[in-house]
Amino acid sequence: MSIGKSQIRVDAPDKVTGRARYTDDLCDKNALVARILHSTIAHGEVKSIDTSEAEKVPGVVKILTCFDVPHFKFGTAGHPWHLDPGHRDVEDRLLLTSRIRFYGDDVAAVIAENDVAAAQAVRAIKVEYEEFPFVLDPQEAMKDGAPQLHEDFPNNILGHTTIYRGDFDEAIKEDGLIKVEGWYESPTVQHCHIEPPISYAYMEAGKVVVVASTQIPHIVRRITAQALGLPWGSVRLVKPYIGGGFGNKQDALYEPLNAWLTTQVGGRMVKLEIPREDTFFATRVRHAIRFHITSYVRPDGSFAAREFEAFSDQGAYASHGHGIAAKGMGAFPQLYPCDNLKCDAYTVFTNKPVAGAMRGYGIPQAMFAGEAHIEDVAKALGKDPLDYRKQFLMPVGYADSFSRNVNYFDSFRQCIDKGMEQFGFREKQKEYAAQTGDIRRGVGLAVFWYNTGVWPISLESSACRIVMNQDGTVQLQMGETEIGQGADTAFAQMTAATLGIPFEHVHVISAQDTDITPFGTGAYASRQTYMGGFAVRQTAEQMKAKILKHAERMTRMPVSNLDIRDGNIVRTTDNAVQMSLGELATNVLYSMEYSEHIAAESTYQINSNAYSFGCSFAEVEVDIPMCKVKLLRLTNVHDCGTLINPALAEAQVHGGMSMAIGYGLSEKCLFDEKTGRQLNDNLLDYKLCTPVDHPDLTALFVENHEPTSAYGTKALGEPPTCSGAPAIRNAILHATGVAINEAPITPHVLFEEFSQAGLLEKTAKSVPAMAGADR
Amino acid sequence: MAPQHKLVSFTLNGKPTQKMIDVRASLSDMLRNDYSMHSVKEGCEVGECGACTVLIDGETFNSCIYLAVWVEGKDVVTTEGLTGEDGTLSDIQQSFVDEFAVQCGYCTPGFIISAEALLRENKRYTRDELRKMMAGNLCRCTGYENIINAVEKTMEERLEAKAKG
Ligand code: FES
Ligand code: FES
Repeated sequence: MSIGKSQIRVDAPDKVTGRARYTDDLCDKNALVARILHSTIAHGEVKSIDTSEAEKVPGVVKILTCFDVPHFKFGTAGHPWHLDPGHRDVEDRLLLTSRIRFYGDDVAAVIAENDVAAAQAVRAIKVEYEEFPFVLDPQEAMKDGAPQLHEDFPNNILGHTTIYRGDFDEAIKEDGLIKVEGWYESPTVQHCHIEPPISYAYMEAGKVVVVASTQIPHIVRRITAQALGLPWGSVRLVKPYIGGGFGNKQDALYEPLNAWLTTQVGGRMVKLEIPREDTFFATRVRHAIRFHITSYVRPDGSFAAREFEAFSDQGAYASHGHGIAAKGMGAFPQLYPCDNLKCDAYTVFTNKPVAGAMRGYGIPQAMFAGEAHIEDVAKALGKDPLDYRKQFLMPVGYADSFSRNVNYFDSFRQCIDKGMEQFGFREKQKEYAAQTGDIRRGVGLAVFWYNTGVWPISLESSACRIVMNQDGTVQLQMGETEIGQGADTAFAQMTAATLGIPFEHVHVISAQDTDITPFGTGAYASRQTYMGGFAVRQTAEQMKAKILKHAERMTRMPVSNLDIRDGNIVRTTDNAVQMSLGELATNVLYSMEYSEHIAAESTYQINSNAYSFGCSFAEVEVDIPMCKVKLLRLTNVHDCGTLINPALAEAQVHGGMSMAIGYGLSEKCLFDEKTGRQLNDNLLDYKLCTPVDHPDLTALFVENHEPTSAYGTKALGEPPTCSGAPAIRNAILHATGVAINEAPITPHVLFEEFSQAGLLEKTAKSVPAMAGADR
Repeated sequence: MAPQHKLVSFTLNGKPTQKMIDVRASLSDMLRNDYSMHSVKEGCEVGECGACTVLIDGETFNSCIYLAVWVEGKDVVTTEGLTGEDGTLSDIQQSFVDEFAVQCGYCTPGFIISAEALLRENKRYTRDELRKMMAGNLCRCTGYENIINAVEKTMEERLEAKAKG
């Protein structure tokens, strides 16, 4: 049985030798190259463009501007198409635009024979702008009279949804309530996959072919066709190995533009690689969300009423839009249920880079705020933060009426208990209880909640094809994509398990090609292992039935007495091997009477979802005078159901924890208030975690077989990113007594907070000479 | 300015070679475009990410900020050069596979080269020291945990083999 084993990744040998081909490795070295001219104003209108100097640059083939592009508006979010127009993504993009909405908007593109010429020509293009006032803060953007980004969205509000329950105003009148209130800020961060977005496009057989580093080939094909006004079948999208995505590549980024560019040079191959700097401001970022949370709590800790407001910074275009803030809000009443609720989430356009999907999709933001707040509630009540959570977290048996998800196993408390034990939380809590001194340590925890996939909001459907070779091995093709998480390996394990063949007998075709690959919506929402699992299981069962039918004829044993085990047809009455699958397949394929190329393909529509739960425990050391935090330990505990491949699951958790550490302590996109330009659009100034910024990471699991799932598994891709940052925040609170409500918790933030808390007085007094020298 | 070319002679993965190279080309571009050394990845092209790390005369360099013409007479090793002629993985490549240190794989060849450089010193380093020595390479997928495990494992294996003589 291949499930539950730490099988070696099917793609690892190719990836450690350089044999694995990524987009740029496949592109013809003589392809034309394109570069984009980005706006140098945050808001306004392109009045005119002078390309005359740029045209003179040797090697320039063609220059195309915002005045040349076709006028098919399109949306970029990587969501399944919706038959109901009311449920479709906002279509607010053109391939290039004369109406500028952020510093870095796409104005023109140069196609040249080489990169140097393309870059020179971009610099030589002269653009005349009319500048408008701009706005960078979502709450400012909502005010009357603020600069407007899109005509159809008054006060720049892209989305506003609510959850109102019970009678909030009445409930807060109850006697003896304690009010705990806070504002919490989460930052704009970028995905920073190490392979920048890249594609190349050419025309062949009357089609536009785009080879792209994307998580969602079938969706990008559809969007590309829409943007160019082509029939969907006229676009072919190929996805080879990709160097990470984390949600950024769950958008149509520049594939539609790239596709159009090739059509403008007679179908010649054009490569469009997005430089690292541009990746920061011109692709997607995580929504920065500002939260305002108020809890009215009884002295026993129970909630009388709760209020939640979220202001989500969408940036300049809709992309994934309000879905992120809405998901964050959805978690709020489910985590700590309360009868009287008032929740409002706003998503607001600003003149900033476009926010889209990023690992966790609103939940890292909501958990930072929500789990910081719960810590503050426990503190206000004088209760232990761990016990308090265990008492009031989602109870076992809780069912959500919308997603129909059920907390079947009390996973939260199981995860907390397991983490507490292995981390030694209680011991450390006591040890650090009464510290003074400049260097202090603390421990903290935080929980998270996550869904698996997008049903019932959107379609969940997955298709699979299994084709048998003459030797009894099979090819496996999925519409779901390998983006580094190990999907290919997990699907191979499932196939082997259901079909009854050795893991090594499954050959995964990793690359997707929309002309060849069965349909799948792709890598997002932590959906693939769960959703793809249904398709694999159904298809493998169909395949098995076909094989056993042939076996029945060949052995004259009834199907009911036959099985496939370890690649052989076995008679179950005495476990006698009848023949190998290779013998069967060869015999069947070349038979003069009943030749068949044994294959199966099927689509599975999934009408379910599943809760994935877990928590993080952090231990920090805070140097108060230096305003520095050192993370000493981080442990995550997850219930993602049955583990298909424990070692891969663990690796996935490490990666998510790493992203959470950056989110909590160092990563933030900074913008110039005067121009709207991003200030740290490179990997030196944007503080991504390096190996030295991490302690050893511990990933633990509670394995409850998920009853709705084909293989007992559920979401794991994004969950590890969700609870690390608030656990660190709470550990800092434990160490210093200072509640920091802004991520990332950098020395700048700590200096302010520690100063206000009076922790730095001693230090400040000891350097009067320096303060004087300033004047 | 018309491109100028220069004949560059050097050793690549143990074999002497020479080619006319655009004098403006980076070493990473030359290795990728002129020699199809696809293990040399580019994640930033300004010396920040380490995806393009190669060995030049035994030392690690970010090949994206090293001019191709500078390798004249030098010895260059890429990840392809660690794999045996028959395709056998080297010890550190095998450790990356066995320790699940590979996810998207884009940073992997660069990490393997940085690891190989420090492993050749045949010294024992603590995990913290290993972290420091690998800090020129960025990975967004693994949290570095399994990468450090893989390097540590191969380090111990090599030290043990050396001790046995
Ligand atoms: S590509 Fe050379 S360091 Fe990033
Ligand atoms: S494995 Fe993806 S960046 Fe390291």
